[in-house]
Amino acid sequence: MRGEALAAFVFISPWVIGFLVFTGGPLVASLYLSFTDYNVLQPPSWVGLSNYGQIFTQDDLFRKALANSVYYTALFIPMHVVTALAIAMLLNTRVRYISWWRTFFYLPAVTPAVATAVLWRFILNPQQGMVNQFLGMLGLPTPGWTTDPHWLIRTLALMVTWGAVGNTMIIYLAGLKGIPVELYEAAEVDGAGWWTKTWNVTLPMLSPVLFFTIVVGIIGAIQVFTQPRVLFNDPNGGAGNAALTYMMYLFNNAFSYFKMGYASALAWVLFIIILIITAVQFWAGRHWVYYEGEAR
Amino acid sequence: MSTQPIARRLETTAPKGRPRLTPARALVYLCLAVLAAAFLVPFLWMISASLKPLNEVFSPAIVPHPVMWSNYVNVFQQTQFALWVFNSAVVTVLAVVAVALSSAIVAYPFAKLNFPLKGALFGLILATMLLPGEVTMVPVFLIWRKLGGINTLFPLWVPNLFGSAFYIFLLRQFYLTIPNDLKEAALVDGASHFRVFWSIMLPLVRPAMLTVILFEFVAKWNDYLTPLIYLNDPNKYTLALGVASFLKAPGLESRWDLWMAASVLMTLPEIIIFFLAQRQFIEGIAAGAVKA
Repeated sequence: MRGEALAAFVFISPWVIGFLVFTGGPLVASLYLSFTDYNVLQPPSWVGLSNYGQIFTQDDLFRKALANSVYYTALFIPMHVVTALAIAMLLNTRVRYISWWRTFFYLPAVTPAVATAVLWRFILNPQQGMVNQFLGMLGLPTPGWTTDPHWLIRTLALMVTWGAVGNTMIIYLAGLKGIPVELYEAAEVDGAGWWTKTWNVTLPMLSPVLFFTIVVGIIGAIQVFTQPRVLFNDPNGGAGNAALTYMMYLFNNAFSYFKMGYASALAWVLFIIILIITAVQFWAGRHWVYYEGEAR
Repeated sequence: MSTQPIARRLETTAPKGRPRLTPARALVYLCLAVLAAAFLVPFLWMISASLKPLNEVFSPAIVPHPVMWSNYVNVFQQTQFALWVFNSAVVTVLAVVAVALSSAIVAYPFAKLNFPLKGALFGLILATMLLPGEVTMVPVFLIWRKLGGINTLFPLWVPNLFGSAFYIFLLRQFYLTIPNDLKEAALVDGASHFRVFWSIMLPLVRPAMLTVILFEFVAKWNDYLTPLIYLNDPNKYTLALGVASFLKAPGLESRWDLWMAASVLMTLPEIIIFFLAQRQFIEGIAAGAVKA
């Protein structure tokens, strides 16, 4: 079977090369650079922990950007999970023309992020946009969606929810279809109403899928970049850096100021933050995620 | 638990024909309609505004009057739109072909061959999925800078030649469903492992490759971050970068008519592909999540 092993290594060699050049090597290089001062023109100079020291003790923009990304994640995740779950549960009630309904909710998900941001900049224009025209007509307040520093992150969460619900809804719908009908029938025999069935059957059976989408969703949300940058049309996140996300700040350091060492340190700080958040979720998940042998 | 009894039960519990319209069902449809409106209206607004004259672009009318098809012509005349479409098409086609083929090659031995360190290597591939891209972003940029890749399209698709972890995982799962008899019969007849892969396995794994192609198409067509890092010559822009650059271009900042037409044009290929391959999209998304 030596021929088989040899053939196998030939098959996987593209990945091994790619891993060394584009993942493993850069990972080590990035860690090294994070301890240096490097502006691309002069060779990197070792500065020890000073990049990290500056990040944690002197850098107000780091704190602002991290707070913005966390605030955004805290708004986006519940909004998007609840909306996607609500739609999936509605669609799972044997509605007619289900593929049409599904398509309606999925269309925003096939709209490119840049096009979505341009579109929302248009409809949320504080003076003339369609949304404020409509709210004004009803006599409701008309917020400065894309200009008022208090609103920028909320606007961002709203817009990304609009685009992201389609995918998540399809995942939940697949999960809901996998729940055995027997469980509902048994619950009905015991006299359970809609609320009891949802709370004691649907949510526990769906919890592995919910867990997966929340873990992956948080990792993605904390790294949000394209949508805020295009929606507010400002690399620095608008007035008072109100929408400067962590990735935008990292990007500016690397590719506008060419502070490659500092940007690498920022990247590692974010990486550690993501690892901690994910680890905490797996720990917490043991208490609320229900794995049933078959239905998994 | 087999699927048979569930299917039979579904048959017996589901009423034949149209379910009766009870108040509860009416409420379901009402909720769906309200939610669907929230999701559809911005989308319809984009199409409507893209056909309005500039001075009426904010008017509340849904049907544009007059219908300005010329907005779509103007996008091409007043920007380098055609060039951006071309650049995006080049990147997308090369990236999609490269990643589908390389991932299919790399995934194969993890499903069908035995070799030392198989489990460890597959674990390593899965682990790279957890690594956020920004950790490797700076060194990868420095590599491309050394290689003279700045302001070229190479950094946008060449990494795809080496396979992509998520697709390797998806394809491996698909290979596992293919029976081994064909492979073993061919090996007995003296075919090499490479011939078995190329002539037997690769054709069989095409449905899964289609899912990979669809996902990667969407990813590359939408990507904004990577082109923003590597491209600063407007002649090299991809569509995402070009459309976003409208926002800063002098004389174009308030041309909402053009922006909306450009956004519709940029979205169109994805909508067409979605309607052509709806099943692959839906099944791919669900499979990725449920199996992972």
